[in-house]
Amino acid sequence: MTASPPRIPLSFVGKRLLYGMMTVFAIAVINFFLLQLAPGDAAEALAGEAGTASPEYIAELRAQFGLDQPLMLQLWAFVSRLFTLDLGYSFRYGADVADLIFARLPATLLLMTTSVVFAVIGGIVLGVTAARFANRLPDRLISFTGLLFYATPPFWIGLMMILVFSVWFGWVPTSGMENVLAFNTGWARAVDIGHHLILPALTQAFFYLAIYIRLVRAGMLDVLSLEFIRVARAKGISEARIGYRHALRSAVMPLVTVVGTNVGGFLGGAVLTETVFSWPGVGRLMFDAMFQRDLNLLLSILILSSVFVVVTNFVVDILYVLINPTVELK
Amino acid sequence: MTGRVFRGLRAAGRNWTMSLGLLLLSGVALMALTASLLFPLSPYDMIGPPLQWPGQFDGAVLGTDALGRDIAAGIFYGARISLLVGFASVACALVFGVLIGAFAGYYGGWVDTVLMRVTELFQTIPQFMLAIVVVAILGASIGNTIVALAVVSWPAIARLVRGEFMVIRQRAYVQGCIVLGMSDLRIMFVQILPNAISGVTVMSTILIATAILMESALSFLGFGDPNVITWGTMIGMGRGNLRDAWYIITIPGLALLLTALALNLVGDGLNDLLNPRLRKRKAG
Repeated sequence: MTASPPRIPLSFVGKRLLYGMMTVFAIAVINFFLLQLAPGDAAEALAGEAGTASPEYIAELRAQFGLDQPLMLQLWAFVSRLFTLDLGYSFRYGADVADLIFARLPATLLLMTTSVVFAVIGGIVLGVTAARFANRLPDRLISFTGLLFYATPPFWIGLMMILVFSVWFGWVPTSGMENVLAFNTGWARAVDIGHHLILPALTQAFFYLAIYIRLVRAGMLDVLSLEFIRVARAKGISEARIGYRHALRSAVMPLVTVVGTNVGGFLGGAVLTETVFSWPGVGRLMFDAMFQRDLNLLLSILILSSVFVVVTNFVVDILYVLINPTVELK
Repeated sequence: MTGRVFRGLRAAGRNWTMSLGLLLLSGVALMALTASLLFPLSPYDMIGPPLQWPGQFDGAVLGTDALGRDIAAGIFYGARISLLVGFASVACALVFGVLIGAFAGYYGGWVDTVLMRVTELFQTIPQFMLAIVVVAILGASIGNTIVALAVVSWPAIARLVRGEFMVIRQRAYVQGCIVLGMSDLRIMFVQILPNAISGVTVMSTILIATAILMESALSFLGFGDPNVITWGTMIGMGRGNLRDAWYIITIPGLALLLTALALNLVGDGLNDLLNPRLRKRKAG
């Protein structure tokens, strides 16, 4: 691989960036109208239902949102607040909403990345195996297992794994992100967190594992029927090498895009996984916000998560061009 | 027509996984229909001592939960909610998704651009989080759960329908309809839609399964209708007894798994049935 990486024209990046900004703006608009559906005015909905907000705070919110102004000006106030990352204050937590969310982000990112890695590696290994034994027993077993994973409620898999691996076997802890009483530092702490991470990451990975197995299998079957694979076979290259080195490279291409589009799904799933495993991330924060009817915090998490998806899609777009130079830039 | 049905049945017989799916699905439907006949008491009623394992207490075949409620009754009544929410939300999503997709695919141009940008937008927002926020704003009830799940399900349908319409629109018979002076609406919904329906049917089956799983997730978290017992509620309430009475969460979980599996098997079967070309390629 001596070929130099393809140059990405700045106009392409600029267009994508502009598109991303417009998406974020539109998401803010959607959220604004969602808020209009709530009973009472927006200030009551945002603060009142939290139950702890003072009348002064509600009055301040009203002024901030310009609720006495026409709808379009209200929308403008709402959106400009978001773009300056001024997400308001949570009385429940006694902290700025933006700070709350960003403090929880690392835990969620760690969980998400690990489960994406689990799902992708599992999907590739099982998908390639299924394709190599297409329509024979290993393929049928793998495909059926995939279907089972796809049809199982993820939170239930999590609970069942806690039952088996924590309660019965005692291999892994039942919940939390680390043993805070152990006051671990450095490597000991990393190992401890990894130990806590296994079950939640697996729980999140199973559903996507099912999708990726199907995708890799189908992609491999398409590629394996192509001319260059026959040439490779004729040259006497082993089946395993053909599978993993020659075919996989082309078959895995669509996976990159799909993983990118699944980021939103992983974030949504985090609400369940983090609740089941008491994982101190954004998903768990969302559950608490819902439980305490802190609508402002809830909406802020939804908006920031959507922005996160937009950013990841932007990165994936660029990444896709880098790994697949034949793609046409628009 | 009968010929088509007969051929369908014969193909279903060949495809045993689809038959299994249909069988399971009929079982769930039967449970939903007979719930109030077999269990005249509300599933919220205490019928015996708490935490009875399946078979331990005569009055409750599947045991009782921490409050002495009949788990079997919960499973039967829960089947109603799962099917109702799954089918109703996808039905709503179908109406909306087909409309958006049809207009975008048929007219193309700026109509397509605008409608598809909106659709992509809804796909950008994390589905499950959006469902939670919709329930938070509208309030927790069966109707609002259906609305929330419809809101997150329609984009997939819209994109599929749009693709089919774009292809079918180019066919000669549609051009013929245009030349005949048929109205756009009539061409879209009488002429094109029937030919685009097979993909939509397959996708709807899978989406119903997803909607049922999402409903269970919402009620598991405690964001479901507080007045009805669903499989997700049962799992959520049984969490506290995970160590000593794991059957409480295992049974409704299996019910969910089998229902979603059944719908997926039927979806796969329908796909083979309605796209014979694909089936040949797969076999070859």
